[in-house]
Amino acid sequence: MTRDEIFKKVQTLLVDALAVDEDEVTMQAVLTKDLGAESIDFLDIVFKLEQAFGIKIAQGELFPEGGAQDPKFVKDGRVTPEGLASLKARMPHVDFSSFEKDPQIARVGELFTVETLVKFVEWKLSKK
Amino acid sequence: MRWMWIDRVVSLEPGKRLVAVKHVSLAEEHLHDHFAADDLGPALPVMPASLIVEGMAQTAGILVGHSEGFREKVILAKVGKAELAEDAGPGATLRYTATIVQMDKSGASTSGVVELIEPSAGAANPARVIGQIDLMFSHIDNNMQGLSFPAHNFVFGEGFKTLLRTSGVSWQ
Repeated sequence: MTRDEIFKKVQTLLVDALAVDEDEVTMQAVLTKDLGAESIDFLDIVFKLEQAFGIKIAQGELFPEGGAQDPKFVKDGRVTPEGLASLKARMPHVDFSSFEKDPQIARVGELFTVETLVKFVEWKLSKK
Repeated sequence: MRWMWIDRVVSLEPGKRLVAVKHVSLAEEHLHDHFAADDLGPALPVMPASLIVEGMAQTAGILVGHSEGFREKVILAKVGKAELAEDAGPGATLRYTATIVQMDKSGASTSGVVELIEPSAGAANPARVIGQIDLMFSHIDNNMQGLSFPAHNFVFGEGFKTLLRTSGVSWQ
């Protein structure tokens, strides 16, 4: 499946899950800030990705959990180098280049763009 | 008033599908306010759509909870879709059929069909589909934020247990 085909399917399922218009779902759109996703929507998106692409996504695989409470990973509201390394290892499908320049914990949500989902699916399909 | 919006579980395929019914009655207070007579016309007692959604949530919630022996706290987290094409008046029966679409440790998604069963024996089409309600549930002890909640299962209380017992449903 090409990246464009994956994008089209992701776009359709996000329109359904988040009640947004198709043209709002661009590759750069941030799920929370731009598309209004809330915590339960992430589970909805995981379920819909599994169905649409016939893949199995383990809990925490796409949206890592629990790290924010670990003082090793987050200090004074910023992700530590150790935390960043852990995030990168857990999310090989994510582009960290912009986040790394100012790794505030409040900006972690911005890592989850439509492109993140598309690349994640691409990576999962390549392992099938 | 007890917050029970189904009267009986009719059938259960554990982990897959649950069918429940709700009888709409004029003995229910809310029907007299929804809608009361006003300047625009006479009273029109019909089951509020929001409570039909709640009925489906209880139907689907029991299905999801039952599949884990009611150990999980199953909370309605999202109404993905709720479409109803007709009203249900006093004397009618609503039949809710909920099916689990997907489920994992964090929660479940369900798909639901609402049918209206007319009370009059001579009705041409006594049972017909009037709507679709798709829901998402969270197992809140496994939520993404790592929040903690009281240990006892406050979701499935005595009312639900009575309903299941009177419907002949057992669980482990």
